[in-house]
Amino acid sequence: MDNPARRRIFGIMKHDSDILIVGGGLNGGTLALALAQTGFSITLIEGRAPTVGSGEFDGRSYALALASQRLLKVIGIWEVLDARAQPILDIKVSDGRAGEGPSPFFLHFDHAEIEEGPMGFMVEDRHFRPVLQAMIEASPAITLRSGSSVVAQDTIPGGVRVRLADGTDLTGQLLMGADGRASGVAERAGIARRGWSYHQTALVCAIGHERSHDGVAHQFFMPSGPLAILPLHGNRASIVWTEETQEADRISNLGAEEYLEVLRPRFGDFLGDIHLDGARYHYPLALSLAERFVAPRVALLGDAAHVVHPIAGQGLNAGLRDVASLVEVIVLAARRGEDIGTIDVLQRYEQWRRFDVVGLAAATDTFNRLFSTDNPILRLGRDLGLGVVNALPGLRRGFIREAAGLTGEVPRLLQGRMI
Amino acid sequence: MQASETTVDAGEVAKFEAMAAEWWDTEGKFKPLHMLNPCRLEYICAQIAAEFGRTRDGKSPFAGLRILDIGCGGGLLAEPMARLGAEVVGADAAAGNIPVAEVHAEQSGLEIDYRHTTAEALAAEGEQFDVVLNMEVVEHVADPAAYLAACAALLKPGGLMICSTLNRNPKSFAMAIVGAEYVMRWLPKGTHDWSKFITPDELFDLIRGAGLEPVDRKGFVFNPVLWKWKLSERDLSVNYVTASTKPAE
Repeated sequence: MDNPARRRIFGIMKHDSDILIVGGGLNGGTLALALAQTGFSITLIEGRAPTVGSGEFDGRSYALALASQRLLKVIGIWEVLDARAQPILDIKVSDGRAGEGPSPFFLHFDHAEIEEGPMGFMVEDRHFRPVLQAMIEASPAITLRSGSSVVAQDTIPGGVRVRLADGTDLTGQLLMGADGRASGVAERAGIARRGWSYHQTALVCAIGHERSHDGVAHQFFMPSGPLAILPLHGNRASIVWTEETQEADRISNLGAEEYLEVLRPRFGDFLGDIHLDGARYHYPLALSLAERFVAPRVALLGDAAHVVHPIAGQGLNAGLRDVASLVEVIVLAARRGEDIGTIDVLQRYEQWRRFDVVGLAAATDTFNRLFSTDNPILRLGRDLGLGVVNALPGLRRGFIREAAGLTGEVPRLLQGRMI
Repeated sequence: MQASETTVDAGEVAKFEAMAAEWWDTEGKFKPLHMLNPCRLEYICAQIAAEFGRTRDGKSPFAGLRILDIGCGGGLLAEPMARLGAEVVGADAAAGNIPVAEVHAEQSGLEIDYRHTTAEALAAEGEQFDVVLNMEVVEHVADPAAYLAACAALLKPGGLMICSTLNRNPKSFAMAIVGAEYVMRWLPKGTHDWSKFITPDELFDLIRGAGLEPVDRKGFVFNPVLWKWKLSERDLSVNYVTASTKPAE
């Protein structure tokens, strides 16, 4: 094989890393750790400069499905988070109108009906992000480039190349875009997006309350949209509710006391007196799907691939399902000696996730449209429907398992197994 | 016929690159091979790992193994074996495949020794391998017994041969000839001569006749709903694969 003429023509390619990841958020960071632990070298490119959090609660928290928690357990994040996480022991879903409280037929999900323990966990951003950051920095297989934005990307023989704003070129076998709903990776790969706005805005805040929540999460369906009360560690809870965008803008501009006055009647007094804890947030709701999740040498995940209505808190969980599926597809392909960046390998990931994600988007959309109504006939049908679901344990278990992310062909990381 | 003697004229490179692109186009004329490839590789890798006591989760799990891929074509099996750390020789009786496979290996950053030769010629040269991959070749050769004897001679004592082919029965006729060649047009008409197909029992007899010990056989089964191939313990009715070892001296 020592033909010097041929060497000059081709030249052997040596990549900077096996895999380049753009976006160092929760999905991108978890993906980098999981891939590093299965033997790949990673460059993680994050646009924002590194920040040191104050450790103070800022109001942001995540409802992790059981399957997501298992993934974090396998990659070693969970043991640090465990003591600060609040198990969700029960979820009560009910139909209610402001001031009336829940309807008598409510859907009662109890973790005792599934064998796997709690139904999920509430984790605060101030705990999750620093643990992830520390593990990424400690991993010898991950090169972190913070404060670097990508200005160009193109495929090359046997790989992909990105150019950073400072002129640095980086190459890898595969580029993964975890860079959010305005994904530059998707745009540069020529992947279009489709979606629409719901003309609704999610209002998010955290409260401290008088009485214990007993680990119970509540979801009320109000005419304006759903409201969720999610238990945090101690006598605290995360509140997510949606309003028409105009009304939401008005509410989010209110002072703290007036804001509480709007919130109080929406879920009654069963937790006793409440006060705000940490900052308030509001997010306009929109559905946005990438037309493809993969292109040659490129894979998208998390919000870069799909933004769904956050009605069931499924955004991060859907992203972590992407992580688990993508890692499994890539690891198994690499173990067979396949080129991990080729489209036929990446399409296995797309096929696995596409149905699930599009199904989730359609399901949450329909769910929201059905429940955001004041039509008395629809309300009655819903009440009866929920009563019927409650009377059929098998059907109800199915709902719980779906919500906990345990159905379908489950990636090994979500089953708590290393690949 | 050493690869170093296969000189590549720079003017020919573009042509070979185009042909390599064709071999490696997963939607192109070799689509059926690409669809089958993950399933074939899974079987090959599992058998090699088990036979030589390698774990599959490290880097270069097949380092130190010398592997021959007979009928290598564009390198669809040779490249994965090289990527897993093996020292790979790819042999093809069609001279045109060699520079094409070489071009693609260079693009992939892999060192593979491609040669325009046959199993019989390599055996006559006294070449020895830990593993011989003999995939979808035996149904195309004129004298399967002589061919398998050459494959056996190429194995070191304790070596492993993986051999896949097509079964001979009405179902394989319907699937491989009528289905793949005429209906789906996956393969050019006349690719296969059904009368040359070999049943698993016949193949095992031929393998034993060549002095090897058959140790495993499985079916490749196409699932038209999932549109992918799977390994099957029981269904060897159309495509199947076998593993055989050469007794240690």
